[in-house]
Amino acid sequence: MSEILRLQSVSRRFGGLQALRDVSLAVNKGEVIGLIGPNGAGKTTLVNVVTGVTPATSGAVMFDGREITRVKTYQSARLGLSRTFQIVQPFAEFSALDNVAAAALFSRPGEGLQAAREEARRHLVFVGLEAQSGQQAATLTLAMRKRLELAKALAMRPKLLFLDEVNAGLNSAEVERATKLIHQLAADGITIVMIEHLMKVVLNVCSRIVVLHNGRLIADGQPRDVMADPAVVEAYLGQQYAQRVRAHG
Amino acid sequence: MSRANLALLVLIISIATLPLFGGPYALRLGTIACMYAILALSWNVVGGFAGYPSFATAAFFGLGAYIGGVLLARGAPLTIAVPAAGAGSFLVAALLGAALLRLRGHYFAIASLSLIEVFRELINNATDLTGGGMGLNIPLSASAGILADAMFFFYMMWGLLLATAVMVIVVSLSKLGFGLSCIRQNETAANMVGLNTTLYKSIAFGLSACFVGAAGAVYAGWVHYIDPSDVFDILYSVKPIVMALIGGLGSPLGVTIGAFVYLGLEEVVWRNYIQIHSGVLGVLIVLLLLFLPHGLMSLRGRKLFWRVKNV
Repeated sequence: MSEILRLQSVSRRFGGLQALRDVSLAVNKGEVIGLIGPNGAGKTTLVNVVTGVTPATSGAVMFDGREITRVKTYQSARLGLSRTFQIVQPFAEFSALDNVAAAALFSRPGEGLQAAREEARRHLVFVGLEAQSGQQAATLTLAMRKRLELAKALAMRPKLLFLDEVNAGLNSAEVERATKLIHQLAADGITIVMIEHLMKVVLNVCSRIVVLHNGRLIADGQPRDVMADPAVVEAYLGQQYAQRVRAHG
Repeated sequence: MSRANLALLVLIISIATLPLFGGPYALRLGTIACMYAILALSWNVVGGFAGYPSFATAAFFGLGAYIGGVLLARGAPLTIAVPAAGAGSFLVAALLGAALLRLRGHYFAIASLSLIEVFRELINNATDLTGGGMGLNIPLSASAGILADAMFFFYMMWGLLLATAVMVIVVSLSKLGFGLSCIRQNETAANMVGLNTTLYKSIAFGLSACFVGAAGAVYAGWVHYIDPSDVFDILYSVKPIVMALIGGLGSPLGVTIGAFVYLGLEEVVWRNYIQIHSGVLGVLIVLLLLFLPHGLMSLRGRKLFWRVKNV
């Protein structure tokens, strides 16, 4: 498998807070990785460092064969890095269609608005929002806005997709639906790194799990091995959950 | 083209017939009306489309007036002075915009406000070139007389207004306008979908300064004498915002109507309340904004339609 993303000893500091300490990580093409860890572990900071929102204070980030440590957000978007936000970020006054069209329009130079809208329609169908395409984004339900985020990210034709808690705040039927979409994306060959608190989803979808704790990478490997790792259990899962996983084999 | 944009062009073209109806006073008012509309429409690009509340209009009006004025005083024709003022203002604004537009909201407003002071001081101190606080005399063009002169500058300002309106309409229909709208709604998301927000904001700021600067140059040629406290008057920054609010933020037609309504109010109030005119004008503006927070354009959808239905 060829490598698409590599973090080399990446650190990020916010004043006195060390949000990421010396994190090294490699992501291969086609992988679906679960990024987990307690609140404040640095998961979103890691995504922000890679996408150029808050560049690393030290270390290097390589994407698809080139260094992107200091690359600006819009440039990394054009290189094929896209993400969804934990707190959804729609263009509130635009229709769902124009939200997705904006992503198609600006992620590729030379794209026209008409072509972008046509492409946007396809992605809305994929995430099941075709009936809402004319509706103002601000009026959509949370579950719909989460799917709109996903459609926006897809319209950028990503090589690597970060999903930042796409399932947070959804009910179980909605989670199931979102999980199905992620499976489909993985089947299409998109490399995915997902931040997720629902272990059911992580174990269902991910082929590999990476654990952050206090800004440090404390585990990286097969889901089963990571679940059994005492450090992970201590930091994140809690004794009970680990026992249950072990018991159910 | 949308109906509102068409209405805007029809409105502007109909203003061109003004000289048929009035003498020098009407021409003077018409010239000011066109100038106000240029300022308001230009402000709308950065304030209305991109959502950045700029107070820099006076800075670029003054800069353009001085670029144009200095060129005119040295014998250059208006056909060179006005485009030079426009181009100069565009460049300076676009460059400064790349730095200033990193600030958001109130911080940007204050920073843009400070531009007026910075430019005023620069002009004040470049005495050799600009005459400093003494002002700058611009020689009268050898024209046929007062009326012909008034007519000439009216059409000059009008032509500039037409160009501004066309620019604003083109921007609103283009990828640039779509991007500015994205920036206004959610700048984080705009960055994340691959939009070069710094570039777009700089262009918007440049465009919003370009025609203001050109209008400043026409103004300088029209009044024949400028000094820093006149052309860097902060009211040139505040008025366009009030006009845009009166008319309806973001809508080019609304903003233009807002400019005309504002000038009408200003003129009527000034005539009738010579002692307390600014107070009365202020109260009127507050009342307008209180009862029509979304501007005159919001009337169109609501009351007028309601009335037609119930006749």
